[in-house]
Amino acid sequence: MTKRFFDIGKTGLSRRTALKGIAAGAGLMAAPGFVRYSQAQSSAPIKIGFQAHRTGIGAAYGRWYEKTTNAAVKLINDAGGINGRPVEIIVEDDGTDPKRGAEVVAKFASQHKTDIVFGTLFSHVVVGSAPTAGELKIPYYVVSEGYHVASGKLNRWVFQPGITDVRSQVTSVAPWVAANLGKKVTMIYPDYAFGYDHRDYFAPAIKAQGGEVVAQIPIPPTESSFTKYLPQIPADTEVLYHVMVGPGVLTFVKELGEFYGSNKPQLFGFIDSLEAVDINSPGLEFLDGSHFWEGSPRYAQANDSEAQKAYRAAVGIDDNGASTTDAKDVSTAAHMFGCWETLYVIKKAMEDSGYKGPEDRAKLVEATEALTKFKEGPEHPQGDKKFNGKLHQVFGHQNISKVEGGKLNVVHRTSIEDGLYEPEADYTTQPL
Amino acid sequence: MSGDGTTAKVYALHAAVIALLVALNFILPEYHHGVLARVLVLAVFAMGYNLLFGYVGLLSLGHAMFFAAGLYGAGLPLYHLGWGVPAAFAGGLGAGFVVALVIGLLALRTSGVAFMIVTMMFAQVFYLTTLYFGEWTRGDEGLVLQQQTRQVALGSGTLDLTNPATRYLLAVALFAAALFATLAIVRSRHGRVLVAIRENEERTKMLGYDTFANKLAAVVTSGVICAAAGAAYALLFGYVGSTFASVQYSILPLLWVLLGGAATTLGPLLGTLFMYYVIDITSGYTSAYMLVVGLVLILLVLYFRKGVLGTMRERWVRWLP
Repeated sequence: MTKRFFDIGKTGLSRRTALKGIAAGAGLMAAPGFVRYSQAQSSAPIKIGFQAHRTGIGAAYGRWYEKTTNAAVKLINDAGGINGRPVEIIVEDDGTDPKRGAEVVAKFASQHKTDIVFGTLFSHVVVGSAPTAGELKIPYYVVSEGYHVASGKLNRWVFQPGITDVRSQVTSVAPWVAANLGKKVTMIYPDYAFGYDHRDYFAPAIKAQGGEVVAQIPIPPTESSFTKYLPQIPADTEVLYHVMVGPGVLTFVKELGEFYGSNKPQLFGFIDSLEAVDINSPGLEFLDGSHFWEGSPRYAQANDSEAQKAYRAAVGIDDNGASTTDAKDVSTAAHMFGCWETLYVIKKAMEDSGYKGPEDRAKLVEATEALTKFKEGPEHPQGDKKFNGKLHQVFGHQNISKVEGGKLNVVHRTSIEDGLYEPEADYTTQPL
Repeated sequence: MSGDGTTAKVYALHAAVIALLVALNFILPEYHHGVLARVLVLAVFAMGYNLLFGYVGLLSLGHAMFFAAGLYGAGLPLYHLGWGVPAAFAGGLGAGFVVALVIGLLALRTSGVAFMIVTMMFAQVFYLTTLYFGEWTRGDEGLVLQQQTRQVALGSGTLDLTNPATRYLLAVALFAAALFATLAIVRSRHGRVLVAIRENEERTKMLGYDTFANKLAAVVTSGVICAAAGAAYALLFGYVGSTFASVQYSILPLLWVLLGGAATTLGPLLGTLFMYYVIDITSGYTSAYMLVVGLVLILLVLYFRKGVLGTMRERWVRWLP
């Protein structure tokens, strides 16, 4: 049986064809599994390992993170790359799973031999991957918004320099909520870590504004119907603060509409669960007139800066925040700008440290820690930012948008100071 | 099943596998070295699963809870109470023992499909418990066990579990311990009774064996082996999170065992290793890599019904344990 398949003489293959086949086979062998890369030369590309959520619960985010990353890298390369070297993005899918995330970080460090790892969104993947990044001493730049880097629970090799963390986000919106929507707030949030960050940091922030949280209603992640929780909302609630990450959001909004009818409290939500979802989807009518946090606005605004316009054009999103090639493909605009800005932070830190290769990774960490602020412009189209090198965390402006006329219009932009809090960590004391 | 010659062959084969794994420590490129360390720990999880599924014929869909019991049993005391590595590992084993004993006492009142459902429900309860106590577990986000806490003082030196070679050799040691424990169990009188239960429980009962006690012992042993894998995972790789208690991690060991060969001592390693590289390589080419995994499983069902090693034993190497 074996002979029948492999007897070259009988198949009529020429020696040249056979050699080509063998060469192709060898090429295939060398492809992902057993490659040995040669030392980076001065003109060799800077390799950035992109830990992408291509599959799993984060896939919608991951796809747009990838588009944004590719757009930014194209611009960086068109402008001469980093330290005169082109940037090459190597993508590995982490399946939005912390175990696979750690494996992917190891693969970047020891097989692909990338210079750094970048781009993770979901908090559990960041936390699951961080120990591996620390042990392999590879800088790990995440775009996650979780309050994990700034909590001091990770390590010196992990940075979040492109997107504000959730503690800062909720702290910064509290003054506006208290002044414009009401002071008695009921919070509905998912009963897991991401929800706890909202629970733990919004309550003191609203209290500082003379308001109070009258009820906190955690929803278990396995719930698919919310009707039994809605009667727990106190009648004197002025503002319903909702964070419902996950596919349950459409049901949640529909059931909320049925529960309240036309006599509803003010609604304030985080756009996270409606990222990549058309705000005009059937069932979301109840959200009309309500307010949302957005990192970067989904819809083009009248006062958009030139940098913001250029960024949107480069990534390929139209005025409604959907893909320019498919109007139904809604982006994750509130978060994905973080990839763009993080790449420019990496570029700056690599240039500041004269980064040449993996032997300079420690210098790169120190150069990143030395950064203090980023100016609004083409590299930071979402706005100017302050970076805390000890916390490894960036702080920026947040947007509060109102749903009106089937769009999200920005009605308030917080100051950076609104979102500052007392730091709890100093990574610079850890050895490199 | 065994003459003296066969016994010698069996032990020689297993010793050779361990020797090969130790030798690979010095040969493998960095990436594959790290991969194999992870795979060995997960293979221990699969071996624990195999003991119950392969030898007793009890199909559990809840083994993630035993792995996670070890993970949290080791991780939480180390993180919150500052326990050392050996105590934390013992904590993981203890947690696995208690969970397996309780679950065994309750779930073994059922059998067949009901056993699958009951174990799955208990595992779901365990998963939700890890989320419920988010104050301590940080739920889905999980906890990082810092590098400096994963070191053991040994005489004048320290054993650093974050050192790749140390980690690899400890993984081999754990794997060897689990392998020989499994081998000893399945070749013992108790092991023969387990196989008899799998083949015909009523007849085994009629012969005077206490099948409940034997099955309970098997659930507890299986649970403790899985917990050892979970505890080792936490201590060697530094992360504890509720994902590991989710249903996905109950199904994975089943797939690994089916691939490698149920009721074979080395099948779990082969299945875990194979599945790792199928995903690792195919995910480099397509995001539909689970489709490839599915195709592999279909081919397996068509051509290797008893898994790779199970089929080999059936057709060629009859003495394979």
